[in-house]
Amino acid sequence: MSKTLFEKVWDSHIVDSVESGQEILYIDRHFIHEVTSPQAFDGIRRRGTGLFRKNRIVATADHNVPTKDQHLPIKDLLSKLQVDTLIQNCDDFDIELYGLGHPYQGIVHVIGPELGITKPGMTIVCGDSHTSTHGAFGAIAFGIGTSQVEQVMATQCLLLERPKTMRITINGNLADGVSSKDIILYIISKLGTAGGTGYFVEYAGSAITALSMEARMTICNMSIEMGARGGMIAPDEITYDYVKGREFSPKGDSFDKAICHWNTLYSDEDAQFDKEYAFEAEEIPPMITYGTNPGMGIGISDKIPKSNSESFKKSLKYMGLEMDMSLLGKRIDHVFIGSCTNSRIEDLRIVADYVKGKQKAEHVKAMIVPGSKQVEKQAEEEGIHEVLKEAGFELREPGCSACLGMNEDKIPEGEYCISTSNRNFEGRQGPGARTMLVSPLTAAIIAIEGKIVDTRNFVNEVVTA
Amino acid sequence: MEKFNTLTSTVIPLPNEDVDTDQIIPARFLKSTTRQGFGENLFKDWRFDSDRKMKDGFILNDPSYSGSILVAGKNFGCGSSREHAAWALYDYGFRAIISSYFADIFKGNALNNGLLPVQVSDDFLEIIFELVESEKNTELKIDLVDQQLSIPGTIYSEKFNISAYKKTCLLNGYDDIDYLISKKSQIEQFEQTHIEF
Ligand code: SF4
Repeated sequence: MSKTLFEKVWDSHIVDSVESGQEILYIDRHFIHEVTSPQAFDGIRRRGTGLFRKNRIVATADHNVPTKDQHLPIKDLLSKLQVDTLIQNCDDFDIELYGLGHPYQGIVHVIGPELGITKPGMTIVCGDSHTSTHGAFGAIAFGIGTSQVEQVMATQCLLLERPKTMRITINGNLADGVSSKDIILYIISKLGTAGGTGYFVEYAGSAITALSMEARMTICNMSIEMGARGGMIAPDEITYDYVKGREFSPKGDSFDKAICHWNTLYSDEDAQFDKEYAFEAEEIPPMITYGTNPGMGIGISDKIPKSNSESFKKSLKYMGLEMDMSLLGKRIDHVFIGSCTNSRIEDLRIVADYVKGKQKAEHVKAMIVPGSKQVEKQAEEEGIHEVLKEAGFELREPGCSACLGMNEDKIPEGEYCISTSNRNFEGRQGPGARTMLVSPLTAAIIAIEGKIVDTRNFVNEVVTA
Repeated sequence: MEKFNTLTSTVIPLPNEDVDTDQIIPARFLKSTTRQGFGENLFKDWRFDSDRKMKDGFILNDPSYSGSILVAGKNFGCGSSREHAAWALYDYGFRAIISSYFADIFKGNALNNGLLPVQVSDDFLEIIFELVESEKNTELKIDLVDQQLSIPGTIYSEKFNISAYKKTCLLNGYDDIDYLISKKSQIEQFEQTHIEF
């Protein structure tokens, strides 16, 4: 019987089916962080079950950590308590922790792939919705709640209803200055924030297979913003090249064997999806969001649409914007480049390539937060560090930072922030902060210009890698 | 987990669509290491201004509305996987949420914490909002056994869906972990043949 990529991976992890239609799914890797794990550890202690497979758990501290002076004790006492609790729990239960000060520390969805922990064909979960990122490797990866974190700790399994399958195909070539972030913002603007609810999405087509692993991760990362449980892309040579030689990747013979298996991970030609969409790459412009959910996106030179919906009006009021208005020329005070969507080495390279020899606009505060210690190190080795500093960008230490404003990196009330993160919800980057989501290249251009511009007029200056 | 059977209560109407988890419980309140106390910060930025003064006009600040059922606009609970959203609603005193659409992860989290998400048709949701607007003390009755939501004293009622397994769990106050733990030997057996590359 022909199967989709999703079905192949899912089916190979089914322990049992329950009468009511639920299935017991075996989980290969479980990432944990300080925010959504403490209550799960509590539960484990209360039940006295212990951990079922501690070697399948990897921990890091990312959501709540400062991005300045990480070698000093955390100043915010509540943050410190949470990070200390993680350390204590990992110690008590003997779990591998890449905490502050560890060379592997970083945002959980950045470190998994870069350490070779994330591999094709796996099932991966984490108490964080952007776990969908790991789907870029042809893994089934999705976010779970804390009760489920506890389930996986206690049994390495989850009880789940099988999601429906959706395929989104994008064929053709992207225009200059358009990147994977624009692809996903475009898709979400078309499908809406609930368009994917109940589905697991596979991204396919020539515009997708042409992308690097970093770019694929950006797309899968934001699957959740259209309501989908996760997104995935069939593994190919680009995937294998990325995985090869990383810290925890299989080596030698094992790697060759793995490739034999990974080569079977694709949707069969006549496999049936519950839903299909197709878009043309040529039609995708550089995107920007104007509202308070990621579905409220437009081409950067388009006008804000009109709508009678109360939620829509409320959203524009929060953003200080009006219907039918163009965003071009709008002054911007903050630029944030970071988050598990766009803080990988490739993102930093794109920014550095553009800003090299330029200066950020004087009034702009431009902050770059690398996704991990490894990204930070590589940036230093490549001299990206210097380029960014010379252009007036502030380089921070790794963490989630202003993506969700749990630490002190917040945007002041009422001010606009051009951000490469994934959510523009009210107050996401701090109470009253106004977030506009864009690609790293667009963020770089706006940081230099100090206002929103049609980035296509600037891309000729970009040296394409 | 607390058992759920039937619930009759007045309701709090929140017609906004796409209420995301960052509104339900803003990220800066996720620093706790226990499950308790999140109710205080439920809808924090909608309830209070930056000087901690109550904001007029937000429904939870209006003393004429009360009850343990929240009726919300379409696509409730979108956004992050933080279970804190479900804890905050529960801790505040809600036992059921009614909407015409729920985000996936939120729905699962709610069910795992004894908070019942009841999905109704757009039309029925509209009727509830209208009735509550004209009569603040309108009560709703949720009968989990019959999977029926009704408005006592009116002709209005609607059946709702819930997986048979989740229903049993709620009726008995069991959770998924109890069930999975009972399957341990089967899980170990699966591991014998499961190859991971
Ligand atoms: S960077 Fe943002 S979206 Fe990603 S894991 Fe951290 S908080 Fe979540």
